[in-house]
Amino acid sequence: MGEKKVTRRNFLYITTGAFSAAGAGAVAWPFITQMNPDASVKALASTEVDLRPIVPGQSITILWRGKPVFIRRRTKEEITEAQKVAITDLPDPEDDTERVQNPEWLVMVGVCTHLGCIPLGQKGDYNGWYCPCHGSHYDTSGRIRKGPAPTNLEIPEYVFLNDNTIKIG
Amino acid sequence: MSSDYKPSSAVGKWFNDRLPLLDLIYGHMLPYPTPKNLNYWWTFGGILTFCLLTQIVTGLVLAMHYVADADLAFQSVEHIMRDVNYGWLLRYIHANGASLFFMAVYIHMARSLFYGSYKEPRELIWIIGVFIFLLMIATAFMGYVLPWGQMSFWGATVITNLFSAIPFFGDAITTWLWGGYSVDSPLLTRFFTLHYLMPFLIFALVVLHVWALHVPGNNNPEGIDVVKGSQDTVPFHPHYVIKDAFALMVFMIIFAGFVFFVPNILGHSDNYIPANPLQTPEHIVPEWYFLPFYAILRSVPDKLGGVILMVSAIAILAFLPWLDTSKVRSAKYRPLYKQFYWLFIADVILLGYLGSQVSSGIYLIVGRIATAYYFMHFIIVMPLLGFFEKTKPLPKSISEPVLTKEEQKQKENGSAVTGDFVYK
Ligand code: HEM
Ligand code: FES
Repeated sequence: MGEKKVTRRNFLYITTGAFSAAGAGAVAWPFITQMNPDASVKALASTEVDLRPIVPGQSITILWRGKPVFIRRRTKEEITEAQKVAITDLPDPEDDTERVQNPEWLVMVGVCTHLGCIPLGQKGDYNGWYCPCHGSHYDTSGRIRKGPAPTNLEIPEYVFLNDNTIKIG
Repeated sequence: MSSDYKPSSAVGKWFNDRLPLLDLIYGHMLPYPTPKNLNYWWTFGGILTFCLLTQIVTGLVLAMHYVADADLAFQSVEHIMRDVNYGWLLRYIHANGASLFFMAVYIHMARSLFYGSYKEPRELIWIIGVFIFLLMIATAFMGYVLPWGQMSFWGATVITNLFSAIPFFGDAITTWLWGGYSVDSPLLTRFFTLHYLMPFLIFALVVLHVWALHVPGNNNPEGIDVVKGSQDTVPFHPHYVIKDAFALMVFMIIFAGFVFFVPNILGHSDNYIPANPLQTPEHIVPEWYFLPFYAILRSVPDKLGGVILMVSAIAILAFLPWLDTSKVRSAKYRPLYKQFYWLFIADVILLGYLGSQVSSGIYLIVGRIATAYYFMHFIIVMPLLGFFEKTKPLPKSISEPVLTKEEQKQKENGSAVTGDFVYK
């Protein structure tokens, strides 16, 4: 075909096309992102919890960003059980120490990482949590051991404000 | 379509000359040539149209009383049930209407599978149908969320979490869908908006579905082409208008039976408990019409894998016209396919049963086998049958099997058949 000449018309076609595409994208964006969390939803981002009423072997569930958060004061046995597991036995390898700030307190989002049900405490094959929806078993560190859930129960951001209070979020 | 229509009134003629709307209706509904041997399985198209219109009309009036807000939705539905004049009736029609809609669509699809209605030249009719089915699933799912009971809430949670299985963007997509960090008011409001919109999109697709149907015309129980303008066809009106109307009456009696006698039998009692984000019901089950797909989802021990398989279970239907390699349409002339067809139907019913059970032990194992068979039917059985099956000889015209049956009867009885079995 020999060399094709680039004409003024080619240039106009391409620039018109490119500007229309960018314009369409810019117009579409507000229509899409309006569905993302709005300012009022984002504002409700942190919660403080008093830990004093919780005795070893007891857990409480609080609501944070519309989701349950489990706060469990683990027993000695639960802690040793969580620590002695070989990391190679875990589908989502994570050491117990990476999941707690203080081994006695396990704080995690109580939402099954499979499809979002709330697991039941102190149930299942690993004495941790069991999700009845599709049968995921979590251990005493909230790590997935068996079932369809892909990852360990999520650890939210939190800090100990003092020995008796934590702030989640 | 047919332009030989002459409106009888002056106003009709004036109108039709300017906008040939009457031409269109006339051509598609009245003299429209229809195979004369259609059986009652062909009445479900009309029944489905009735279902869609019923959902739209009852939905429209429910929407006048319903409030799409997480704090008010449950109460507003109870308000519809207790306070609104005939609110209970409208809601029960709408809720049971959704179930009957799915019953009808499953029969309609099973009919197409049996008689090979998805094959050349009707592939597009079938594919549009698959899209209608997809939109129906989305619409019914979002509708079920609206009363904001326990099943609404946890059903919404489980299904929206399916999107989190998408690699890399999963979490961003679920947050976007929710408009927050969990299922809550923003999701409810947008589901209501979409639940309102989608039936109208379905309506538009139904128009395309029927338009595409009227190009080649109806398939029929023999699965052979009718000879246009021959004795093979009868005008749609009055023959099929009456037959469809009769079937619709029977359907409406069953419908009324549900609405008036057992309005909650197809629902789940947990949905009369207000949504509680801190407590998952012991046993989450979707509505009965989603159970086979739910069983497929649960049979895979991997999140992404389960989601992919469930979506494929529906998507694969769209490829059926090419997966089926047989030239013969109707299962009547396909002795092997007929058996596999019933095996497939049994498999889907089995999956539905498994979807309602807790998935562990033997249920899980059977669920996996049934899921594998579902896909094997499409990927292995359908392509291979076309090569190995010895089909029965096809009749030369759709009149032939009817006439030979009549003649046989005559011979056996040694007398003429009574009644006006004259085809002209
Ligand atoms: C394809 C058609 C449709 C289907 C399959 C469908 C399905 C459903 C279902 C399953 C429910 C839950 C019923 C319950 O358990 O209470 C529902 C609720 C609802 N739908 Fe629809 N629907 C359709 C069309 C529409 C339309 C067109 C509108 C509005 C114009 C509408 C408005 C509503 C409202 C306001 C509710 C909440 C009240 C209630 O729960 O009874 N629907 N729908
Ligand atoms: S949601 Fe927990 S196992 Fe599926």
